[in-house]
Amino acid sequence: MRGKSLLACACVLALVLAASRPALAHGLIGKRFFPATLATDDPFVADELSLPTVSYLKLRGTDEAPPTKQIDLSAEFSKRLSPDLGISLGGTFTILDPDGGSAVTGFDNLEISAKYVFFKSPAHELLLALGLSWDVGGIGSKKVDAESFDTWTPQLFFGKGFGDLPDQLELMKPFAVTGAFGLAVPSRVHTKTFETDEDGNVDVKKPLNPTVFQWGGSIQYNLQYLQSYVRDIGLPAPINRMIPVVEFALETPLDGRDAGRTTGTVNPGVIWFGRYFQLGIEAVIPVNRDVSKNIGALAQIHFYLDDILPQVFTWTPFHGVLGPTQPQ
Amino acid sequence: MSRLLAVAALLLMPGWAEAHAFPDHSEPRVGHTVEASPPAVRIWFDGRIEPVFSTIRVEDAERRRVDKGDSHVDPADRKLLEVGLPPLPPGRYRVFWSVVARDGHRTQGDFAFRVK
Repeated sequence: MRGKSLLACACVLALVLAASRPALAHGLIGKRFFPATLATDDPFVADELSLPTVSYLKLRGTDEAPPTKQIDLSAEFSKRLSPDLGISLGGTFTILDPDGGSAVTGFDNLEISAKYVFFKSPAHELLLALGLSWDVGGIGSKKVDAESFDTWTPQLFFGKGFGDLPDQLELMKPFAVTGAFGLAVPSRVHTKTFETDEDGNVDVKKPLNPTVFQWGGSIQYNLQYLQSYVRDIGLPAPINRMIPVVEFALETPLDGRDAGRTTGTVNPGVIWFGRYFQLGIEAVIPVNRDVSKNIGALAQIHFYLDDILPQVFTWTPFHGVLGPTQPQ
Repeated sequence: MSRLLAVAALLLMPGWAEAHAFPDHSEPRVGHTVEASPPAVRIWFDGRIEPVFSTIRVEDAERRRVDKGDSHVDPADRKLLEVGLPPLPPGRYRVFWSVVARDGHRTQGDFAFRVK
């Protein structure tokens, strides 16, 4: 256990120092470019680095805790092992600043994930992938509520561009959607905690760790697609490389006291993509007041390692140097 | 920080790294109608492209190829891909292009224009 923790901690440090939270990929299918979305994952595998992803949200107070500002600084490194298989390592440093209290900081658990693209249709700009994410419990800081147990999340991803619409609907062609669905299954059903009151009585609590259905995605309108393939409306740089996007990042516990109660955020924003990196910024709007009544923010710098140094970053153990992510 | 600076330096080094080439603009403009048959279709990309592996062709509404077959990258401007056209009757035409950036990154696409 100690060895596992040390290894995982080393990975976290390596990530924060040298490389890269949820696996976020970019890619091309047909002539459609999908950017890496900020809050949800898309179906692509790629060689890339998100550094950093910064999010801010003021959480509502509860009976047990005052309203708290939460700032997450995340990084993620993704690597292809084959043209259709990729892995990702992600870490998050969390700052919790409660009203009237002193801030606490610490690393969240390391997240390791794998993804396999099993269906591609360039003509229909359609991509499907399966994934498995492992939240490595016990290595993050309890001060920032990192779980002490592992969580395994099998996932299904899709991406679909609408370039195959009839020409009568040409202004709809730049639209694309992505979707991500996962079932987060904790490795421990109950977490036993001990509390001692002033009289020395020990109270044992065993709250349920719920299984959570995670679902989300994005709706995108790619202005580069509009300009290059549908209609040149004379957009100047840098607007001609922008993708207005609305992301949805939601989760619904399937058991426990909050079973069936969906929480999450809707994130409208914009992503600009260049040749080697992209910039994204989004508002974070809670879908209800269970988590927060405030609007937060999310921003990211994301590097396309496969475009920056293809000879280095696209090397794979069994397929050699893949080169950059190519249109399929 | 030093790694960030190194990455930033790589991004700023001209010619060191080339990525996917996307169209910047074209003549005729994507999705537009021109008053008379244009002498050629020209596409300017956002990066230099490889002459040997970059092609362009033009088809009419019946999917018959109508260009002169002289697709080439302009030797004086390695971002420009063009193909000559004979006089075209009024109608809708579609341009298909495929280019390879200088380091082997391939992109492809198509767009329509109309002759009045």
